[in-house]
Amino acid sequence: MGNLTPELARYAEEIRDLAASYGLDFYETIFELVDWDELNMVAAYGGFPKRYPHWRFGMEFEQLQKSYTYGLSKIYELVINNDPCYAYLMRSNSMTDQKLVMAHVYGHCDFFKNNAWFAHTNRKMMDAMANHGARVRRYMDQFGVDVVEDFIDCVLSLDNLIDIHSPYIQRPEPQAKMEETLEPPRLKAKGYMDRYINPPEVLAEEAKQRREELAKKQRFPSEPAKDVLLFLLHNAPLERWQQDVLAMLREEAYYFAPQAMTKIMNEGWAVYWHSTMMCKDLVEPAEVIDYCDHHSGTLATSPGQINPYKIGVELFRDIEDRWNRGKFGLEFQRIESGEERRRYDKNLGLGKEKIFQVRKVYNDVTFIDEYLGAEFAEDQKLFVYGFNQQTRQYEIVDRDYRKVKEQLLWSLTNFGQPRISVVDANFRNRGELYLYHDWNGVDLQFQMARETLVNLQKLWGRPVHIETKEEGEGKLLSFDGTEFTAIDLAPAEEPPEIVGQDTKQETERSKLP
Amino acid sequence: MGRRIDSDHSRFREIVRGRIKQDLKKYVSSGEMIGKQGDKYVSIPIPQIQLPKFRFGKNPKGGVGQGEGEPGKPVDGEGEGQGQAGEDEGQHVIEVDVSLEELATILGEELELPRIEPKGKKNITSMGGSWKGIRSIGPQSLRHFRRTYKQALKRQIAAGLYDPENPVIIPVREDQRYKSRKEEMIPQANAVILYMMDVSGSMGREQKEMVRIEAFWIDTWLRSQYKNIEVQYIVHDAVAHLVDQHTFFHLRESGGTKISSAFELCLRLMRDKYNPLEWNVYPFHFSDGDNWSSRDTEYCIDLLKNAILPGCNQFCYGQVKSAYGSGQFKKDLDQAFPNDERIVTSDILDRDGILPSIKEFLGKGL
Repeated sequence: MGNLTPELARYAEEIRDLAASYGLDFYETIFELVDWDELNMVAAYGGFPKRYPHWRFGMEFEQLQKSYTYGLSKIYELVINNDPCYAYLMRSNSMTDQKLVMAHVYGHCDFFKNNAWFAHTNRKMMDAMANHGARVRRYMDQFGVDVVEDFIDCVLSLDNLIDIHSPYIQRPEPQAKMEETLEPPRLKAKGYMDRYINPPEVLAEEAKQRREELAKKQRFPSEPAKDVLLFLLHNAPLERWQQDVLAMLREEAYYFAPQAMTKIMNEGWAVYWHSTMMCKDLVEPAEVIDYCDHHSGTLATSPGQINPYKIGVELFRDIEDRWNRGKFGLEFQRIESGEERRRYDKNLGLGKEKIFQVRKVYNDVTFIDEYLGAEFAEDQKLFVYGFNQQTRQYEIVDRDYRKVKEQLLWSLTNFGQPRISVVDANFRNRGELYLYHDWNGVDLQFQMARETLVNLQKLWGRPVHIETKEEGEGKLLSFDGTEFTAIDLAPAEEPPEIVGQDTKQETERSKLP
Repeated sequence: MGRRIDSDHSRFREIVRGRIKQDLKKYVSSGEMIGKQGDKYVSIPIPQIQLPKFRFGKNPKGGVGQGEGEPGKPVDGEGEGQGQAGEDEGQHVIEVDVSLEELATILGEELELPRIEPKGKKNITSMGGSWKGIRSIGPQSLRHFRRTYKQALKRQIAAGLYDPENPVIIPVREDQRYKSRKEEMIPQANAVILYMMDVSGSMGREQKEMVRIEAFWIDTWLRSQYKNIEVQYIVHDAVAHLVDQHTFFHLRESGGTKISSAFELCLRLMRDKYNPLEWNVYPFHFSDGDNWSSRDTEYCIDLLKNAILPGCNQFCYGQVKSAYGSGQFKKDLDQAFPNDERIVTSDILDRDGILPSIKEFLGKGL
């Protein structure tokens, strides 16, 4: 068990057994006791002490150091999704905080191990990251620090262009098609019957379909590629080491993606368990004030943004309560009187079972979509705010839970990133790369998009384009290696294809009440 | 051994300063953040580098918040209470405050003590190097046989290829280890800095302030760059005094001006304490250029020519512009020493002129 003091080690063991007795299920968890600057260092590396060298980590580090030094913020806990789980405790924390953090950590560990969205993450990431580090260092020795770092910068500027659902999709092997001919097959028929057995209009329809099919096949990629990094990995003219680096960074992006997709749930779940364990078992009378102080700080709400810890734990508690009283199903939904709804209780006691199931199969989008209801929004005083042009400030716009939900889901969809895919890698038949941004009401940051195109062009080698919209008007941004152009697209020149079936559904759903 | 993060961090600092990877410089943006030091609020400047990504611009839709209030109530950004940091990679905003030391290092990259020579044995350190490091890439001539052997042995044992009966070790390319050069500090030369400042009546508050700022930066920089450097402070009006650092930076005085008094004191120090054979001597003199009499100026030039300059590495004269001063002294010096490398004169017109002036004194290649 790491390098804990005997006292901490005793607590760690006690809390582990306690967590297990509540039904939490986790990988072995190793606690490391570290100083504040060590903790900041590990945190700067995203939790992995051995990563590839990059200035970005230095930037994170400086920020953490400065804000700790000025007393602006402080990291309490850091836990790594790995088997075994690693968690870091800050040496200077009080014993109350240490207990709270350990209980919190076991909540995360259980979530990592059991939530479906983490099922495809590498549980030996600690080792993988260290290997990535060694490989990048070797390339730096061989090709030069600047060369490798520049390449990494380029890739990092594209590393949000992944398809977070792809690890879960198993596509059938493409089946061998019928022979490639535009001529539709005819049934054998005597001459006078031919018109009836092979009706010309059906044949024409068939021929048209085949032509389209073929055209689609000739287009590359044949389906829009949402995993832009993978597409580049396979198709961009990269050197061996560049491919290797790109593959590593892509792997890391996929490793971190589920954490962004389940922030609310993951934190809510951990808070739920630390508060349960602390209140029921761990807090000594002398520690109550300290615990409450820390706990309420964690759950503090602010008008400008939602606190994932708060929303998460409240939603878990709400679900538990509803399933304990049987507030679900058709019978409950038909009740219209608010008072009656509130008092409804069938004493089912299914709450615990339900929340364990919820933590297993949901992510933030589906979690909010399924369980955030009118009563919850009202209890939690949720609202939508917007920018008022007249007063030039942000103001509360609405408290309707449907609006709240729509807004919240919008910001969580595709982990808050714009949905962009490769639709044509041979645009204008000149090997130019054509990306399509599935615009959904909010513009890209154009200056930044421009710079990103420059980085993309460095990888692709040929001119690159991205189709997007500015305030609803189609725009094509292009960069050909020297010059940047932006053309307004006429509505007629719609893109070859609309993108991403799976994500499409997600937005559809988010629009439902 | 330095921590990994330190090299990443210094690389970040260098990018922010624009020393390396100039193409990233355009992503460096500055902001500020309000911190608290004691009772006072301080602003911490924040350069941050944001790699470009396809991301959403300003969201006209707003967002979701939590709290009291009717529709129409303004929402202000921050709430009370401290958050708990999560475990995942998030977006961070960077705040940086540049400490004096850091600023001095920034200066240090552009400056150096000119014409410094190895003298004496103990004091000044500068960078040297030695073959203490190991790398996996290198020329054959630097191959480290023992480390290579060990590496190959380890690999063969790990792979199960090692046979104790027949211990043949064959290194492959990955096993090769090479010596590499590590930079380190080695002591090199002694140096002393002599600051002389004119505190006479014609030097107004602003003039003294400018001199002090300049001297302060030179001082801060020198102390950060060269360990164990010796510094002496002299103030003068019609008479010169040797003072300590605090007095030098805080003294208010007035009176007439006799520059020669400072030069004499400086010379006495060089004779008694800082023998030019043992020491690199750098006298700095700051004044508004208004001397008592031209006879005294002649005497000064004579002192410089025959005693000070032969004994020092570089004599620096900084002249601040003053409403009352004539600025004559610099002209006299320039006339007397037209092409002498050992003497550098510089005009400091206003506060913005301080940095260029420091560069004139200590700029590389002068």
